[in-house]
Amino acid sequence: MTENPSKAVWRPESMTQLKEGNDVSAESEEDAPKKKSLFQRMKDGLSRSTRTITDGITGIFTRKKLDQETLDELEDLLIQADLGVDVAADITRTLKRDRFDKEISDEEVKSFLAGEIAKILKPVEKPFAPDPAHRPFVTLVVGVNGSGKTTTIGKLAKALKAEGKSVLLAAGDTFRAAAIDQLKVWGERIGAPVVSTRVGGDAAGLAYEAVERGRAENHDVVLIDTAGRLQNKTDLMAELEKVLRVIRKLDPTAPHATLLVLDATTGQNALNQVEIFGKIAGVTGLVMTKLDGTARGGILVAIAKRFAMPVHMIGVGEGADDLQVFDAEAFSRAITGAR
Amino acid sequence: MFENLTGRLGDVFSKLTGRGALSEKDVDEAMREVRRALLEADVALPVVKSFIDKVKTRAIGHEVVKSVSPGQQVIKIVHDELVEMLGGASSPDEPVISLQAVRPVPIMMVGLQGSGKTTSTAKIARRLAEREKVKVLMASLDTRRPAAQEQLRVLGEQTGIATLPIVAGQNPVQIARRAIEAGRLGGYDVVMLDTAGRTHIDEALMAEMAEVRDVTNPHEILLVTDSLTGQDAVNVARQFKERIDVTGIILTRVDGDGRGGAALSMRAVTGVPIKLLGTGEKLDALEDFRAERVAGRILGMGDVVSLVERAAETIDAEKANRIAKKMKKGEFDLDDLSEQLSQMARMGGIKGVMSMLPGIAKAQKQMADANLDDKVIKRQTAIISSMTKIERRNPKILDARRKRRIAAGSGTEVSEINKLLKMHRQMADVLKMMGKGGRGGLAGMLGKMVGMGGGGMPEMPAGMPGDPKALQDMMKSAGGFPGLGGPGKPGGLPGLPKGFPGGLPGLPSKKK
Repeated sequence: MTENPSKAVWRPESMTQLKEGNDVSAESEEDAPKKKSLFQRMKDGLSRSTRTITDGITGIFTRKKLDQETLDELEDLLIQADLGVDVAADITRTLKRDRFDKEISDEEVKSFLAGEIAKILKPVEKPFAPDPAHRPFVTLVVGVNGSGKTTTIGKLAKALKAEGKSVLLAAGDTFRAAAIDQLKVWGERIGAPVVSTRVGGDAAGLAYEAVERGRAENHDVVLIDTAGRLQNKTDLMAELEKVLRVIRKLDPTAPHATLLVLDATTGQNALNQVEIFGKIAGVTGLVMTKLDGTARGGILVAIAKRFAMPVHMIGVGEGADDLQVFDAEAFSRAITGAR
Repeated sequence: MFENLTGRLGDVFSKLTGRGALSEKDVDEAMREVRRALLEADVALPVVKSFIDKVKTRAIGHEVVKSVSPGQQVIKIVHDELVEMLGGASSPDEPVISLQAVRPVPIMMVGLQGSGKTTSTAKIARRLAEREKVKVLMASLDTRRPAAQEQLRVLGEQTGIATLPIVAGQNPVQIARRAIEAGRLGGYDVVMLDTAGRTHIDEALMAEMAEVRDVTNPHEILLVTDSLTGQDAVNVARQFKERIDVTGIILTRVDGDGRGGAALSMRAVTGVPIKLLGTGEKLDALEDFRAERVAGRILGMGDVVSLVERAAETIDAEKANRIAKKMKKGEFDLDDLSEQLSQMARMGGIKGVMSMLPGIAKAQKQMADANLDDKVIKRQTAIISSMTKIERRNPKILDARRKRRIAAGSGTEVSEINKLLKMHRQMADVLKMMGKGGRGGLAGMLGKMVGMGGGGMPEMPAGMPGDPKALQDMMKSAGGFPGLGGPGKPGGLPGLPKGFPGGLPGLPSKKK
């Protein structure tokens, strides 16, 4: 149960195997972390994120008997981890049913919590695996402004390249100033060609061109960046629909994956993001970024519960290697501080 | 941003207001609901707790139980406490960004990755240059994210604000020194330092940030925060405050559908005032933060003051006067309508305007559900521009043939043209009435727009449809702000121009 299943198609280990000579990004050179196991890295990243919740639990369970007051506080703590009111209530209810008025230790509470959260997350744990039947495997990356789409594409492209796949990048954010340059820098770093147009250019046309070129040059994967947009902006969402429509003119089965990038610091609004991007862009999986801060990313639990949307990867830093396969158990343990 | 929270609180309060007397238990129950609503809106837990405690103490005391309408009284207490939590009432004359310092005045922008620092930097620079008529230099200290410096340079070009030339290989502290030096030599009034995004627990980067502060001694240090942030917002704010003594908070993505809990929490936890709100991707989408107005918006009381301000800023006073004169004579042709439509668009579109009117939160949601968006305005503008000059001046001559031509020209249907003409006729009537001293105006216009929206609006709430009277009544029942939709008694929101008759054309230009 606690072992990381080895079914992952690409794994962070393969990323760290990259030799230094392979033009690693400037920033990862600077603070290049020593090679650590997946779990260690993830725990490092997440443990910082979870200090509050684990401290909180340790604090409230100095009393031994599980009473209502303690349960209320526990529910509050889960809410503070952004799990959402409903999930928090569910989990506390289960704890109450099983253990009310019984002696319980901190450690038991933690592993109980981790177990409950893992139960919810396990079904959505699904590595990102480009299907070789589709060539190129067209992947669209969407999300609200500043969630980390371009950075995620850079990191993902690097991981895919490390697996020996050929990757084409498309600088589809034609709105934000210098977004195109940002992706081009990534392209240079990892040695992937970048399709781009001018700022203010037609994003849908660019996506079309990228798929066309991906075919002509026989790439394994085409990663298409898009401009950040708030999901309640109907006009911008319509523009995204157009990108999808245009891609489908070339390949009715494309995009073969649509990744929604979520910022771990986001609160309950992430539910709206998943719902609306899911409806309009047909999101197939999630990437959660910025888990290297103190945000717990607990909203992922609420999302898993409501939408059962696959979670592929998590981002734990700005370096090119700071993208990891999502592991439900490790995530749950890290979030609750359970061993 | 606050619509969802508004809806939740509205439900809670509607249970309270209908009753004569309130027991302690009633208040308790309502407060439990309020607590939940606030938590679902991402308000930080400690803030929620102290908020509920304060409201409860006041509500259970004499204030409520003995008052004539206890429900209303509870809402008032919640409103007062909200204002307090958000930073208290502020004087509109007080400058949001202080420039009272030796020139060049350094302003430093800090925040997490992706919070919107660079865009906010450009917005603030543009605003200072325009409103304060100062010369601003922007410098990007972000040497980490690829092309971040380039991003600020491009924004500088778009806004006409000078940016510090990029020198490859310099570290942030060196760039900061160079920026201040360039600001002094170039005779700049303000130097804005846009720093790299950083996690507040990244010790190396926090130390670097402190060093930048030490060498530049910024007059303002602004923390840029995403309003969609969850419970972590307070940790971020607290850490930045402790580390470099942030002087103000900028909330971004306020135009999203988040519930704005971060806004409610950060000020309460850190004591740092929220100064500005980023309300859109465009570089002029920046608003002052005023606690009492935001509290009003949260409780569904609308924000007419902001609306008037925005109108005063975006409306061409001369054009407005001209139209107003024509209106008085009962002449209101399609050219005028077209001008009105584009004004509406400039003020943030239907939704932008609606969001600030009192008591329309529910209607708004229905509008969103009915997919009534600003495309309507665009289509209507297209219809008008497909008409000849003569037709615009005298729509009566539009027969079936002409209508077909216009439909083809504007890519619409004849039925849409008929709807537009109907709207115009109704508006002309209302405006004529206004010219005679009646009221209607903006509310009326909105009523029309909504009433004809998107090919039949399904199930608007009772009293919402195209009838301006109904809309006005609704507003009155929602609290009735003076001057808007009825000769209400003064009070409520301060600073509302007297007799704000609505009617975009008649709006007084507050500036100049």
